[in-house]
Amino acid sequence: MLQLTVNGIVHQVDVEDDMPLLWVLRDEIGLNGPKYGCGVAACGACTVHVGGVAVRSCQTLVSDVDGPVMTIEGLGTPDEMHAVQAAWLEHQVAQCGYCQGGQMMQAADLLTQNPDPTDADIDEAMSGNLCRCGTYPRIRAAVKSAARSMRGA
Amino acid sequence: MTMGRAGTIARRSFVVGSVALLGGVAFGYYQYKRPPKNPLLDGLGEDEAALTPYVLINADGITLTTPRADMGQGSYSVQAALIAEELDVALDQIRVDPGPPSKAYYNTALANEAVPFPSTDQSTAANAMRGTVDAVMKFMGLQLTGGSTTVPDGYEKLRMAGAVARETLKHAAAEQTGLAVTQLKTDHGAVVLPDGQRIPYQALAATAARIDPVTNVTLRPSTQWRLIGKPMQRVDMVAKSTGTQAYGIDHRMDGMVHAAIRLNPRKGGDVVSFDASAAEAMRGVQQVIEVTGGIGVIADNTWRAFQAADAIEVEWGPAPYPAAQSEHWQVLSDTLDAAAPDATPRDDGDMDAVDASIEAEYRAPYVAHAPLEPLNATVLVGEGRVDVWTGNQIPRMTQASVADMTGISARDVHVHILMMGGSFGHRLEDEVVKRATELAMALPGTPVKLTYKREEDTAQDYTRPIALMRGRGAVDGGKVTAMEIRVASPSILDSQMGERQGMNLPGPDSAITQALWDQPYAIPHYRVVGYRPPKLGPVSSWRSVGASQNAFFHENFLNALIHEAGADPVEERLRLMTDAPSRKVLEAVAEMSDWGGSLDRNTARGVAFSLSFGTPVAEVVQIRQTEAGIALDKVWVAAEVGRVVDPINFENLVQGGVIWGLGHAINSQITYADGMAEQQSFFDFEGLRNYQTPEIFVRGLENRDRVTGIGEPPVPPAAPALAEALFQSTGERPTEMPFANTFTFV
Ligand code: FES
Ligand code: FES
Repeated sequence: MLQLTVNGIVHQVDVEDDMPLLWVLRDEIGLNGPKYGCGVAACGACTVHVGGVAVRSCQTLVSDVDGPVMTIEGLGTPDEMHAVQAAWLEHQVAQCGYCQGGQMMQAADLLTQNPDPTDADIDEAMSGNLCRCGTYPRIRAAVKSAARSMRGA
Repeated sequence: MTMGRAGTIARRSFVVGSVALLGGVAFGYYQYKRPPKNPLLDGLGEDEAALTPYVLINADGITLTTPRADMGQGSYSVQAALIAEELDVALDQIRVDPGPPSKAYYNTALANEAVPFPSTDQSTAANAMRGTVDAVMKFMGLQLTGGSTTVPDGYEKLRMAGAVARETLKHAAAEQTGLAVTQLKTDHGAVVLPDGQRIPYQALAATAARIDPVTNVTLRPSTQWRLIGKPMQRVDMVAKSTGTQAYGIDHRMDGMVHAAIRLNPRKGGDVVSFDASAAEAMRGVQQVIEVTGGIGVIADNTWRAFQAADAIEVEWGPAPYPAAQSEHWQVLSDTLDAAAPDATPRDDGDMDAVDASIEAEYRAPYVAHAPLEPLNATVLVGEGRVDVWTGNQIPRMTQASVADMTGISARDVHVHILMMGGSFGHRLEDEVVKRATELAMALPGTPVKLTYKREEDTAQDYTRPIALMRGRGAVDGGKVTAMEIRVASPSILDSQMGERQGMNLPGPDSAITQALWDQPYAIPHYRVVGYRPPKLGPVSSWRSVGASQNAFFHENFLNALIHEAGADPVEERLRLMTDAPSRKVLEAVAEMSDWGGSLDRNTARGVAFSLSFGTPVAEVVQIRQTEAGIALDKVWVAAEVGRVVDPINFENLVQGGVIWGLGHAINSQITYADGMAEQQSFFDFEGLRNYQTPEIFVRGLENRDRVTGIGEPPVPPAAPALAEALFQSTGERPTEMPFANTFTFV
């Protein structure tokens, strides 16, 4: 049995040590927010926070998880949105939306480390997150809005 | 094929037949006289009324049925807005439901691309033909989302549905209250009586169900619109901004098992032998099942199923198509050398009499769709009933396939369409449902969710066809005087509709010459010839279909000729253009980009235009030479759609289309070796990333009455506009996609 704290809730899971965190979250715990896109850290759809840092959950073995896990469901909810989610809504970023949970988790991580990112900072932080629908112009705008609102500006 | 013959056949009620759809006109017309059965009338409760196939009002509230699927392009919202505009409800008062598969939801706008008249031709003959094809679409009951048809198809139909519902509810209120209909108004989901009292629509449902629907309604003029043309919040936006939107892959049920699959990577080839003993011994694995062309694994967790599927040792049979990419190109080349044309849809002037000595040969590769959500489907085979949960664009065909496979009548096959994490044409196919059905048939009573591994999704992608173009042209006195384009490309119609859906439509395949023959240019000698090579690998519709490669051919060659003529690419196009709305998009993009203005030394620009799916689009792409390679700097886009229903969604879709067109033109291809795709995942097939994306400026024009779609038309001009910019920057004109084979990009 492995113990995992996800969005503040403690879970006991009986899985192989080498099961990727993504599949523990999705198929064992039943969370849909982290998405499967590639399984090889090439798309970012599965991005979650472990110990406050964005990781690709598809390439994070569950036995290597050494801190609390937060998924997009833990970042905020429709009734109580995180500033990043509110910015995503304000800019109507999503098309299919499948990549956006991962995009928002990556953006939240960026803004925690760097409250006032430049365009180059945004490009660098966000380019591991693929969006096949091509919502990048709106992602950039939403990251900037979220940064402003998190700085209280 | 003349209109006279079409008319005669129509009156005589002949059977479905030839020239793709012409022979079908007759039977189709006959069917056309009978209104399609309304699917919402099945299974309605006491107090429920299905007013039209698009509006359902019951105790749960107001549900707008949006028959066009949503792959991410916001079609649920746009369709809901069109209904809500006339029904007098707010978008937050209603639910949208993609609706059951039914013949009542035929897709008429698709017919507009299936007739031999350019979409700029609104003559009586052309429109009459579109009308008869429309009848055939009704007959065939093509509930299909594709071809940027959602808005044009629904623009009047959905508003009319809303208006009929509204007037019928008013009559119901009149009956309940004894007041005259003329004294009643509607507002925000209620009928309002003269004293201000409000009767919610739900309270009128039972009465409305009893009375005849009011069908002589007039649509409101645009000056009275509350929703259309104004920025609106898409109905899925809160869910998609909070990670709470569920997709097909998220479907869960009690007792559900997880499945993975290994299919012959030589697509369509057989399984010679396999050894699953290692897989069967793995944790969580319940069963290994052979399916058509592969092997499925049933497990208690998706990852365990993936691992076990990978552990199966298989000997695969050969590919039913040439094993090496070079052989595919050879087939196309041989076809252009020797085969008879499939069609010559344009032949103006006398091409044979011209000394057309400027020549070109261009290529477009196979490309995969690769939506971010991999293919998946959940199937439950029950007693005399099958349920399918999946995201796809062809629910009617899926229903028919599953009925065929299980022997259960189509009436008892329930296809539930779930939100799609992208499609781009990928979900116009339903192989995943067929494979999931085979697995579920082995486990009756147990819901089986089949998820393709990304590598499997790539390996099994039915790609955009390759295409090879040879052009000849001439210039004289600073003008383009002749252009001939000959293109060979495998038939999507044969592969997708013929082989996989069993609909053999004779006649030329219009996708082969799509967006080549119907461009609004008056070049004095102008010929377009399409060639259909023998069947190669499986191919399918890819965002903007034939236009995606043909616009590259047409516009790159036209730019080459304009360069030879020493003319300006915008000026010369304007001189040649015959269609006023098309001229306006070109003028708009020139104005937006300050075309002709001075550029700094490292910067270069290109322009291209394409008319596809009835929507003219012009784009200017600006690139910059940097130390790290060529960077995309800025793009300006103007598109004529008749009516921009939602400006925010419009801008998002146009930007996405440009990014799609540029990204694949730069870095994406599927190539075959040993009969298998050499690419696997998003590390070798990706499109654009955030850091590569240019600034994109968008303008929607509304210079004509006809409404057309925007999901696909921004894609075609992107590649040739970039190609011209590359030529301007380097002096070398790209002749094949992906351009990264020849140029270094950031
Ligand atoms: S699923 Fe993890 S990066 Fe693609
Ligand atoms: S919104 Fe579809 S993949 Fe990003």
